[in-house]
Amino acid sequence: MLFGITWDTSNGDLAFALSILPILLRGMLVTIQATIAGFAIAMVLGLVFAVLKSVPLKIVSWPAIVITEFFRDTPLLVQLFFLYYVLADYNIILPAFATGALALGVQYSAYMAEVYRAGIEAVARGQREAARALDLSASRTFTHIILPQAVPRVVPALGNYLVSIMKDVPVLSVVTVLEMLGVARIIGDQTFNYLVPLSMVGGLYLIMTLVASALVRFVDAKLPKRGLPFK
Amino acid sequence: MPWFDYLKPLADGAWITVQLTVFSTILGALLSFIFGIGKLSDNWAIRAISIAYIEVFRGTSLLVQLFWLYFALPIAGDAIGLDLRLPPVVAGVAALGLNIGAYGAEVVRGAIQAVTPSQYEAATALNFTSRQTLWKISLPQAIPEMMPSFGNLAVQNLKDTALASLISLGDLAFRAEQLRNYTQDSTTIYTIVLLMYFGMALVLTAMMRVLEASVGRWRGARS
Repeated sequence: MLFGITWDTSNGDLAFALSILPILLRGMLVTIQATIAGFAIAMVLGLVFAVLKSVPLKIVSWPAIVITEFFRDTPLLVQLFFLYYVLADYNIILPAFATGALALGVQYSAYMAEVYRAGIEAVARGQREAARALDLSASRTFTHIILPQAVPRVVPALGNYLVSIMKDVPVLSVVTVLEMLGVARIIGDQTFNYLVPLSMVGGLYLIMTLVASALVRFVDAKLPKRGLPFK
Repeated sequence: MPWFDYLKPLADGAWITVQLTVFSTILGALLSFIFGIGKLSDNWAIRAISIAYIEVFRGTSLLVQLFWLYFALPIAGDAIGLDLRLPPVVAGVAALGLNIGAYGAEVVRGAIQAVTPSQYEAATALNFTSRQTLWKISLPQAIPEMMPSFGNLAVQNLKDTALASLISLGDLAFRAEQLRNYTQDSTTIYTIVLLMYFGMALVLTAMMRVLEASVGRWRGARS
């Protein structure tokens, strides 16, 4: 029994599968929440890193480059353990879900910083020159001229990372986040039947990634290609 | 325990991580070429199998695949009367290789398709068989184009080996967790471990650069 739902182990695999489906869907909800939370953190943090990396001052840009490289080249699992245990040692106690979302956000911010940087560099030079000619401040140029044109370009690439984050969420089960795979393992541990729950998780994942990819394509098609309207 | 006492057990774990990375990357590279070329085959059955493989392993999570091979496959084997219990190292290498191979297959397919059409026209004009065209025309020009993506995938694979610690394989991440349980000194241990992974990734990146440069000479004239 999990989440107050009991399973049926005595009427064959199909009945078992049907009885655990609602439990797995509970887990899927957590998977989706963690994906969105991790993606949101990565989007914000990634933009911060992208800006820091493009600052002309080496004393600012170099640490940002080294830190993002470090985030990108170390395993999510180890980053997660680091956050989970080390923050606790310094009396920063975060719930497991928050720690997991933060780890996902940190890891993917490094990837997204590169994507943003490419998008920012792809904005035509003339746009910067025009902003300069109109005497816009550097921050106004960035937020009102560069970003609105850079964002639509990077949506497909960012969307791919949304799908990647979704596929990395099961790692969070090691710090007791009850996402889909964690739930499936508990069911397996208690019924000694791993085949059915784990295969169902695989199938549900295929559906989720297909839906998420379709969603990304839909958003990409809806975005204006020349730039976002900004007030 | 002073920090340098951690280095010996962690280095043992790092050696397992290196081996896991090497074997699964080789398996992944083989699968990349088999299924990447298979996806471009004229034979619909080969194409269907390649597409199914790529979609299944790219569409599901690596950890799900790893657990499936380790926990679920033996039960599936029981049902058909086979002993499919895999030792952790086999399950680990298989899951990592199958996963990275699916991503690599898309890289191989993309690079082959990016070879200029006139190359294929020339091959047809010279009466090359399709096998000769593949080995002598497409692959030598496509492989240099694949190398930057393969470099990224190799680093990805190195990072993914940490997940094998979850099926009790004694790699670097596993040793870190063991040491932490024993000493409770999380900060020092995990800092060293992160730096070790970072170091390994930098070495691997450098090695892939060397490989990239050495196959760069196959690059044909580009129009």
